Amino acid sequence: MMFVPGNNPGMMADAHIYGPDSIMLDLEDSVTMAEKDAARLLVHNALKSIDYGDTEMVVRINPLNTPYGKKDVEAVVKAGVDVIRMPKTETADEVRELEAEIIKVEEELGCVGRTQIMAAIESALGVVNAYAIATASKRMMGIALGAEDYSANLKTQRTPEGSELLLARETIVVAARAAGICCFDTVYSNLDDMETFRKEVELIKTLGFDGKSIINPRQIEVVNSVFTPTQKAIDKALRIIAAIKEAQAKGSGVIAVNGKMVDRPVVIRAERTIQLAIASGILNKEDVL
Amino acid sequence: MEMKNASAGTLESGDIMVQIAPREEAGLHIELTSSVAAQFGNQIKKVITETLEGLGIDKADVKAVDKGALDCTIRARVTAAAVRATGKDVWK
Repeated sequence: MMFVPGNNPGMMADAHIYGPDSIMLDLEDSVTMAEKDAARLLVHNALKSIDYGDTEMVVRINPLNTPYGKKDVEAVVKAGVDVIRMPKTETADEVRELEAEIIKVEEELGCVGRTQIMAAIESALGVVNAYAIATASKRMMGIALGAEDYSANLKTQRTPEGSELLLARETIVVAARAAGICCFDTVYSNLDDMETFRKEVELIKTLGFDGKSIINPRQIEVVNSVFTPTQKAIDKALRIIAAIKEAQAKGSGVIAVNGKMVDRPVVIRAERTIQLAIASGILNKEDVL
Repeated sequence: MEMKNASAGTLESGDIMVQIAPREEAGLHIELTSSVAAQFGNQIKKVITETLEGLGIDKADVKAVDKGALDCTIRARVTAAAVRATGKDVWK
């Protein structure tokens, strides 16, 4: 998910060319108060006019308790945004308040249920309430960590190894998995240190995150290379799925692949590997299903 | 419609700077500066005119400095300048 400032039309027009899975147009922290009105209009018009293809379009709005938040909701829902990212989410009630605002606009348009919600968790209270937030609405498609505000709230600072974020990251992954939605890690803002960035992406993949927020197209290749399964892993996953299908056809419950018993968790991991391979474009959905 | 001087946009690549000022005479007077004026000048002026008319503004002096903006950017910047000039927002 690539962050793009909502008041930079040049970047907004070109962002999808680099092939991110999703683009998050930002109306919040990257836009000064004096330019909130202009950025909202830019994002609204860009969403309505620019062909972003299959790229998932997300807009980070301003908090609803500011003079900008409700107007942001109206503008982006009217433009047909896929997902609204709610910043600094601390409680389930805040998600429900956003949902109510979305419904008002969708009812006017006759498209109730179209807009999804992602909640950014950026404080200790948000982490404590992660599962309640993740399950606050059927529109919830994911929760994401916002590490800068979270670190400040913890009265600490970010470190290259990210030990200060470990509990928040694990809590967010567990909450998302329990709720059956996606989870996204925070940004890494030092573009001159791609080695540490790669280590961070490897860490969050191991923790279970579905993806990483990025701030520059240069970071896309690193994220994709870490999340793309190896050919060896894909081949193994395909063998497992083929063996399972064969066993099911024969009415057999237990199977073995290469002499190792295959149980339910192994199958789930194999399915996940294949999903990632399809998402990465190295397997065709039609060839697998 | 009452209005004051207002502007929106920047001079960065892909953007357009739009300034709107009250005008005594009827009609929209548009002064456009663009490196692609020969190819797209009429189209840019058409988008500016349609956007202002859509907002109910039929009398204004407009200065626009284009840096290769898409039509959607022109619409957004003209609307932002018009909202700032008139104080009449487009959102509820």
